[in-house]
Amino acid sequence: MYQFLALASQIVLAAGDEGEQVKEGGSEAIVPGITSGVLVEWAWLIVVVPIVAAFVIAFWGKKMPFKGWEAAWGAIGFVGLYGTVLFVLNASQGILYEGTVEIAEIGDFTLEWGWMVDGLSIMMYFLIGVVGFLVFTYAKGYMKGDIRFTWFFASFSLFAGGMLVLVSAPNLIQLIVGWELVGVSSYLLIAHYWEDYANVDAGNKAFMVNKVADAALFLGAIIMAVSVGSFSFNDVIDVVVKGEEGMLSQYAFWAGLLIFIGAMGKSAQFPLHVWLPDAMAGPTPVSALMHAATMVTAGVFLLGRLFPFYIDEAGIFAGDVRNIIIVIGGLTLFLAGLLAIVQNDIKKVLAYSTVSQLGYMVAAMGAGAYTAGLFHLFTHAFFKGLLFLGAGSVIHAVHSNNMSDMGGLRKKMPITFWTFIAGTLALIGIFPFAGFFSKDEILASMKFAGENGQDVANFILILGIAGAFITAFYMTRLVALTFFGTYKGHATPHESPKMMSYPLIGLAFFAVTAGWINFPGVYTGFTTWLATRVPLTGMGDHHAEGLDWSLVLIVTPVVLIGVAIGWWLYGKDKKSQAARDTFRIPVLWPLFENLYYIDDFYMNGIVRPTMGPIANVVLWWDRNVVDGIVNGVGLGSLGVAKAVRVFDQNVVDGFYNEIGAGVDELGSGMRKSFTGRVQQYAAFSFVGVVVIAVLFIIL
Amino acid sequence: METVSFADWFKEAANWAFILIALPTLFGAWRTVTSNNIVRAVLYLVVSLAGTAAMFLMLGAAFVGLTVVLVYIGAVVILFLIGIMITRAPLGMEAELSHGRDVKVPAALLSVVLFAVIAWAMVDAFGMYMIQPFEPTLTSDLANTLFDRFVLPFEVVSFVLLAALIGGIAIARKDDEGGNR
Amino acid sequence: MTIIQFLLVGAALFSMGLYGVITRRNAVLVLASVELMLAAVNINLVSFDAYLQDQLNSGQIFSLFIIALAAAEVGIGIAIVLMIYRNRQSADVDELNLMKG
Repeated sequence: MYQFLALASQIVLAAGDEGEQVKEGGSEAIVPGITSGVLVEWAWLIVVVPIVAAFVIAFWGKKMPFKGWEAAWGAIGFVGLYGTVLFVLNASQGILYEGTVEIAEIGDFTLEWGWMVDGLSIMMYFLIGVVGFLVFTYAKGYMKGDIRFTWFFASFSLFAGGMLVLVSAPNLIQLIVGWELVGVSSYLLIAHYWEDYANVDAGNKAFMVNKVADAALFLGAIIMAVSVGSFSFNDVIDVVVKGEEGMLSQYAFWAGLLIFIGAMGKSAQFPLHVWLPDAMAGPTPVSALMHAATMVTAGVFLLGRLFPFYIDEAGIFAGDVRNIIIVIGGLTLFLAGLLAIVQNDIKKVLAYSTVSQLGYMVAAMGAGAYTAGLFHLFTHAFFKGLLFLGAGSVIHAVHSNNMSDMGGLRKKMPITFWTFIAGTLALIGIFPFAGFFSKDEILASMKFAGENGQDVANFILILGIAGAFITAFYMTRLVALTFFGTYKGHATPHESPKMMSYPLIGLAFFAVTAGWINFPGVYTGFTTWLATRVPLTGMGDHHAEGLDWSLVLIVTPVVLIGVAIGWWLYGKDKKSQAARDTFRIPVLWPLFENLYYIDDFYMNGIVRPTMGPIANVVLWWDRNVVDGIVNGVGLGSLGVAKAVRVFDQNVVDGFYNEIGAGVDELGSGMRKSFTGRVQQYAAFSFVGVVVIAVLFIIL
Repeated sequence: METVSFADWFKEAANWAFILIALPTLFGAWRTVTSNNIVRAVLYLVVSLAGTAAMFLMLGAAFVGLTVVLVYIGAVVILFLIGIMITRAPLGMEAELSHGRDVKVPAALLSVVLFAVIAWAMVDAFGMYMIQPFEPTLTSDLANTLFDRFVLPFEVVSFVLLAALIGGIAIARKDDEGGNR
Repeated sequence: MTIIQFLLVGAALFSMGLYGVITRRNAVLVLASVELMLAAVNINLVSFDAYLQDQLNSGQIFSLFIIALAAAEVGIGIAIVLMIYRNRQSADVDELNLMKG
């Protein structure tokens, strides 16, 4: 304990110095302290252990005492522990290591499997491990009694492994493998309650929408790899940092755009966000870990991996794509936030909130703010995960997702209530909770980008501030309808068991404190920790010397006004003492409730035509053309077979029959010489002897 | 190899003795195969075999010649006579002991051709080579060789004789079921 | 003495024996003709033995074997002729044509 404090103080002092070195214009590249050794060379265990656990649970889970949960929990706990160790060491000394194993060589391409251990991936290991550990603990209580308990944890472990494959990837191929793994796990877990067909549809929807984006990702990755000659991130970033004109700069715009579209799918950006709210059909732990904390952040992570490509100092790469990125991020954060206002399902509110926050992260990347976007990813994982688990706790207690069945739970579920408040304050962005620092940094970087050439960033900044207001508004509504007023449901709610509430407390701790590791002007350790690989010199990754007070003074009141209005509209009705949900704006509310009709557009414009006419055309083709060819080949074969039979019976058999007949006649002929008279035989043999003798003599 | 001319051959006394022996031998053989009287045929065989025994003596193979007399004439011919008697062969001149002309002519032809081939080959190979003067073979030498170098064939032949003995008994045994034992 | 005189005698005996084997109808006489052939062979062997002056006298030894085996063969042959006579009341070889066809 002492040593930890000593270490921590050293970190603070050391990073404090570096914080002062850093001025506007980016951070120095950090010289890593650890580049080899057992700790990093064996880091592949982080990736492999959960996958192995998944298989172990799948095959032997039912026979284990805790039905497989212990294997999953142990595996994710191992990841959490390892990740924490790496995180702390990275903070104190800096780690940079890339371990690879060559799998195959195909022409000029070398296929490698590897595990990166640098600032970005260490952050993700820590996140996945710690949040995953708490969620898995929670899940044991939440999924109790479920008939597919074992399979749930097998899939969940597989997801954890897949996500780790993704974040540890040193090249695009492994990243795509991890991408697809988490996609599959997502599908499996969303459709966990597949007895209800709607849940299966939700899983399909998630998979299909992601597939559309994945097509773009593949194309983009291929363009990038062919241009550079390698799939490895190191090689791509080398080319970018050197600023070489070449194939990559020629196709950079398309590669960057296509890869971003792939990221849009996974990170639920407009208009590919439609799957995320439907994904709430899955069990709440799934929603907490996958669809809030980790899987959906994969798109932001990918942008972070390729960040030099997008920040494009040389001006010849994908710098133009950033405008597209920031616009889409901005639209997403604003429009999704609006949709969260009208939802009745508590998980749907949080889902749209997640989409909105992802929009913040993406917009930050678009503005060129590497640290801000990833920092928000970091803090969001904790408080959004907390909010989801809290919602799950509430759902578990009242047996309903709808907020109309809730109310007044604050007295009956105190732990849930207070941790939920902590998460809400973090999300809204109230000092000193985590979200304040990360959101503030995003807005500050947008302002900086707007001042330094990216004009559209100014507009997005306004959207971001409006988004803060909307966030405060819908979260207040949610809290009011759920925890205040009188209880309108029919069950007897009570606090959740310890296994479910302790993780809430753990996450609440992080929701409160996580922001303090990147307090501009006081301590910006997180910035340096992330920078051990990507040399961010002069990359516009703007860090202020201190908080941007002008922004704080605008945003905080906006947020507080949002809370106030929300409370006024949705809080206790003085007369009935019940929370009411009666506020509606005529034209807008129906638009929101119908989700801007985007889902309907997809369904009627794309899905139904494919299922109907296109499917019929394909069926006709298959039945008549393809089957026709197959039948034709079959009939042809029959004809050939008949010809062969004729040939065989007449020619071939005839030949052999003739031979047989010939032998028969020969035999009959020879039979005549078998007189049975030995003397005759003797005579003939002596004739033969004479002949041979003559031959011998002559020859 | 030393040769002798055809004329000189007739000057040697031993050769006249040879002719005196060879002619009965050939005549005996001729009558064996053409005689119509079965007993006389077998007895002409005796003449032939005696002639061969004399020729062996001329060649210094005393033991072999005496063995021929003892075994062939003494036992084999007796067996022939036994066989003739037991099978109640028609005795007397009217018996048809040979096949008809349709067999005799080709057989004669074959025999002549065979003789011609062999004779021609031998004359071509050996011409008038002389046999060098030699000592008559000692029976003791013969015995030494037989039981030294050729003891294995000797044993084998004794087995064969045993088998023939037993086989003969087995074949010709009189029984009640009509010859299937 | 030349060797050829003995060899010719042997050849003549052999041919006549062959003539007898083919021609004769009585089984016993066929066996007698075979004896002639064997005697001819013996003459050949012994004359070569003298001609080559073999130290081992292997020609004579071999002819001894032939004599012994010929005797055994005749013994068996007569026994067989006896059996055939018992079965068929005849020693005519023309009637021994069960292997015909």
